Amino acid sequence: MDALTAGPAPAPRNQVIVGTTFASIAMVMLTGGMLAVWAVQRRSVLDSGESWLPSSVTIPEVPTNVMLIAFPALCSFAQWAVWAAKRDDRANTVFALGSTAFVALLIVNAQAFVYTQMDVGVADGAYGSMFYAITGAFLALMVAGLLFTTVTAFRYLGGRTGDRELLTAHAIFWYAMLAVFTAIWFLVYVTK
Amino acid sequence: MTTIDSSPDANLDSPVGRLLAAVVDWLTSTDHKKIGRLFIGASLISLLGTIVVNLVISIERIDGAAAGFDVDAWTQLLGSQRVGLVFGTALPLTAGLAIAVVPMQLGARSLAFARLAATGMYMWLGGFVLSVFALANNGGIGGGNADMVGLFLAAHGLMALGFIAVGASLATTVLTTRAPGMTMRRVPYFSFSALVYGIGLVLVMPVLFGALIYLFVDHRSGDRSAFGGNEGIATWAGWIFTQPTTFLFAIPALGVFAELLGPTFRKRTPARGVVFAGFSLVGVSALAATTQQLRFDVPWRGSLLYIGDGEDFTNKLGDVLPWATFHLVPVLGATILFLMMAFVAKPEKNADGVTIKPKITAGFLFAFFGFGMVLVGMLGAAMEPIVDLRLAGTVFGEASLVYVAYGTALAVMGGIINWAPKLWGKELELKKAAPLALLGVGGVVLASFPHYVAGFLDQPGGLAYADNDLAIWNILVLAGHGLMALTVLGFIGLVAATVFGDDDDAIDDPFDGHTIEWATTSPAPAGNFVDVPTISSAEPMLDLKSANTTGSAS
Repeated sequence: MDALTAGPAPAPRNQVIVGTTFASIAMVMLTGGMLAVWAVQRRSVLDSGESWLPSSVTIPEVPTNVMLIAFPALCSFAQWAVWAAKRDDRANTVFALGSTAFVALLIVNAQAFVYTQMDVGVADGAYGSMFYAITGAFLALMVAGLLFTTVTAFRYLGGRTGDRELLTAHAIFWYAMLAVFTAIWFLVYVTK
Repeated sequence: MTTIDSSPDANLDSPVGRLLAAVVDWLTSTDHKKIGRLFIGASLISLLGTIVVNLVISIERIDGAAAGFDVDAWTQLLGSQRVGLVFGTALPLTAGLAIAVVPMQLGARSLAFARLAATGMYMWLGGFVLSVFALANNGGIGGGNADMVGLFLAAHGLMALGFIAVGASLATTVLTTRAPGMTMRRVPYFSFSALVYGIGLVLVMPVLFGALIYLFVDHRSGDRSAFGGNEGIATWAGWIFTQPTTFLFAIPALGVFAELLGPTFRKRTPARGVVFAGFSLVGVSALAATTQQLRFDVPWRGSLLYIGDGEDFTNKLGDVLPWATFHLVPVLGATILFLMMAFVAKPEKNADGVTIKPKITAGFLFAFFGFGMVLVGMLGAAMEPIVDLRLAGTVFGEASLVYVAYGTALAVMGGIINWAPKLWGKELELKKAAPLALLGVGGVVLASFPHYVAGFLDQPGGLAYADNDLAIWNILVLAGHGLMALTVLGFIGLVAATVFGDDDDAIDDPFDGHTIEWATTSPAPAGNFVDVPTISSAEPMLDLKSANTTGSAS
C-alpha cells in the first residue's frame, strides 16, 4: 500500500500567542465572574435598605485613578518592546521591558497603599471579604504578569532576540490586564 | 579532566533501578500519550471510587425509613457523589483521552504546552485526593468541620486551575499544531470536539475559581455573612455539579461517537460543518456555567401552557428563553449527531452492486451506547426545570447527572478501545469487549432510569423517603450501579491483560481508520510520526485506500 506523502515539518504557528490569548481569556472570565457576583451581592444589600460600603470606609480615589492611568502606560511600554524588537533594537527593547516591570510594581504598590488607606478588615461584613477576594485575585494576576515580564526580559537578554512571539504574547497579557483593571476600577472603586 | 558525572546510568543495572527510572520517566514525561494514559488510569480508579459511593447511597436508599448514617455523613455522601461524577469521572476521563489522542489525529509531534498539561493533570489529581480527604472528614458542601471545608474549597480551586491548563493546552494544540494541509474543516471530529471542550474549560473554570475564591475568603477569614459559609457552597458553586454545565464535559464523548461513524459504516461523513455545529451547540452549555445559575426554571404557574396577555407573554418568554438556550440548544446539538448517524447508517451499494456492510467494533459499541446515555441525560435535564412537572428537589436531577457522567465514561472507554493500538500497541478483541459494552449500557440504564420514574413519583433527592412503594426503583438503581462496577472492573482487567499480556502487536490500521493517526505505527513512536504527512482531505487514509484499490484494479 502506498503511504501518505510526507510534508515539510510544520512551522510554529504562534503557539505562545495563542496560549497567552487563552490565558488572557481565562483572566477576563475570572474577573468577570467575580464582578458579576459582586454586583449581585451589592444589589441585594442595597435592596434590603442597607449601605453596601461600610460607613467608616472611604475609597482613596487618587491612587485608584493613578492605577487606571498607569495601565495604558504599562501597555504602551509592552508594545514599545514589541516595536523595538521588530527593529532589532536591543537597548530599546530591554528598556521598554524594564519600564513595563517598573510600572507594574508601581501598580502593586498603589494597591497596597489603597489597602492601608481604606482601613477595611477582611471580616468587616460582606464588603470586606469580597473586596479582599477580588483585589487579592487582581494582585495575584499582577504578580503573574511581573513574572511574565521578568521571564521575557531574561530570555531576551539571554540572547533570544529573535523570539518576538513571546514579546507580542507579553503585550497581549498586559492589554488583558488593562481590561481587567478597568472593570474592577469601575465596579469596585467608582460605582462603590 | 572531565567535569561530567555520568553515574546515574549505573543504577539501571539493577531491577529496582530500572523500575525507578521507568516510574520517573512516566511521571515526568512530556509525551502526550503518557500524560493522557496517566490521566485515564487515575480517572478509572476515581470512577470506581465514585461507583462505590453510589452503591453505598443506593444501599442506604433501599429502605427509605431506616437511616444507617447520621445527617453529616449522608450530606457528605451525596456531596461525594456529585464531586465523583463530575470531577472524578466525566472531566478527567474526557481530558485524558483528548490529551492522549488529539496530537496524533492532527499529525502533530507533541501537545502544545505539554508540561502545562502534565501540571494540570497533577493539579487535578492532587485536588481530587484532597477533596476526597475533606469529604471523608465532614468538610464538603454543608460540612461541619471548618478546616476541612476550607480544604474542600482549596482542592476544588486546584482542580479548576488544572483544568484551565488542560483546556488551554488542548485548544492551542488544535489551533496551532495541525499537519500541513489540515484546514479547520479537515480537523477530525474528535479533535474538533476537544477544541470546543478546551475552549469551554477556559471559559468555565475561571468563573468557578472566582466563586471559590469568594467562598474561601468568606469562610476562612470573613464573617460568613456574604456567602453563608459552608451552606453557601451549593448556592454559589453548586452549578458546576449540575446540568446543563455538565454537558460541556461530555463533548469529547460525543466526539468519539462522531469520529467512529465513518469507519464503522465505511463511508465519508457528509456535511462536516453540520457536525461541527452540533458540537458547538452542545458547547453553549458553557454559557450556562458563566451565568452561575443553579437552575433555569420554567414556571408556567399551573397555566397548562396557556399564554395570556402581553405581560404574561413577556414573563413566560423571559422564563423560556434561558431554559431553551441552555437546555434545548445542547440537545439540538446532540440530536444533529444522532441524525447524522441515521444518515450515515443508511445502507449503500458499492461500485460492484454489493451492499456495504458496517464494520462494528467494540469501540463503536461503547461509543454508541455512551452517546445514547448522554442524550437521554440531556433530555431528562431539559425536563427537570419545567416547574409544573414538580421534578425539582427529587432524585430526577441525580438520575440525569448519572446518565451524562456514566454515558461519558462508556464513550471514553470506546475511545480507549479504538485508539489502544496507537497508545500501547495492542488491540482489544470485540468478543471480549462487546459483552462489557452491553453490561455497561444495562448498568447505566438501571442506575438512572428508575430514578427518572421515582422523580415523577416525588422521591426526594436525599436518602430518606416515606413511600415504601418507591423501594423497588431504588433496588433497581442499586443493581445498575453494581453492573456499572462490574463493567469498569472488567474493562480495567481487559486493558491490563492487553498491556501486560504477550499478545501480538496490533497492525497499524486494524479498524480501517480514516484519519492520519492510522498512518503511523502501532504503537505510535514518541514523536507520533517519522515523517509528518501532508493532508489533502478530511479522510486522508480513506483517500489513500481508495487510490490503492483503484491502482490495484487497473
